[in-house]
Amino acid sequence: MAGNNHNKFPWNHVLGFIFSIVLTLLAVWAALYSSLSITAIVWTIVTLALLQAAVQLFMFMHIGEGEGKAQKGTIYFSAFIAVVIVAGSIWVMNAMMHSMM
Amino acid sequence: MGHTETIDPNKPLEYQTEKSRLNILGFWIFLGAEVALFATLFATYFVLTGRLADGPGPGELFEIKGVLIETFILLTSSFTCGIAIHEMRRGSKKGLMIWFGLTLLLGLGFLYFEIEEFIHYVHEGATIQTSAYWSSFFTLLGTHGAHVSLGIGWMIMILIQVARHGLNTTTTRKAFIISLYWHFLDVVWIFIFTGVYLMGMVM
Repeated sequence: MAGNNHNKFPWNHVLGFIFSIVLTLLAVWAALYSSLSITAIVWTIVTLALLQAAVQLFMFMHIGEGEGKAQKGTIYFSAFIAVVIVAGSIWVMNAMMHSMM
Repeated sequence: MGHTETIDPNKPLEYQTEKSRLNILGFWIFLGAEVALFATLFATYFVLTGRLADGPGPGELFEIKGVLIETFILLTSSFTCGIAIHEMRRGSKKGLMIWFGLTLLLGLGFLYFEIEEFIHYVHEGATIQTSAYWSSFFTLLGTHGAHVSLGIGWMIMILIQVARHGLNTTTTRKAFIISLYWHFLDVVWIFIFTGVYLMGMVM
């Protein structure tokens, strides 16, 4: 646990901050200045966003502390629900649109 | 509240009592519910993408400069909030208050730029009533902005409590929980930045 390094320099936070900035700039570059196809851009920037969310959870929010297992379980489960809601809605609505045309 | 648990020097103050540990776990469960809430708003937004009803589209109105300013302000506020908790764990009440204060200022700065951006869109003819697309846009971003506003009010109240009572098992737990909320708002913003702004400018 983070208990014994109270007085050290907050490397975790500084590194997390640098990672966040780099990941953000990479996403901007991929989306606006690269010559990737649209599908490749979407997959790239979504992956970068997930990485950045992980940086927040593990480096800033200390998700593993305290009741770490239950906390991680809750967030993984809610992430699963989020994927089902978002991807499922897009899938169902697009399939319906195609079958109506 | 004379709890008799002894202080374990290997754990931060906010984890010393069972009640605190369960409060923090409970807040994580609340954040799980918030993830589900934002997922429904994102799903609505993606399904309604392109439903412009002959109004302006996101590609014409989004500007990367303003969006990056908002993104970096919020990212930095998440960082200063993390440093505040680091200072709290060093036992520095002053450090906690200074870094929380900075976080608050950045939060207000974020709101200023976001409101400015919304006013710009409304002047360009994109209001919440213009089209299904802009309705879902303002609902998603407005819900996030409302969370930031609530977070600012909440953090001010925690600061008042810390100023009056110092760092104890109760105030550190409360400060830690508002820090979780603040980082969570940044997580949501990462997905708004990617899914709404970047994709809106690419498509």
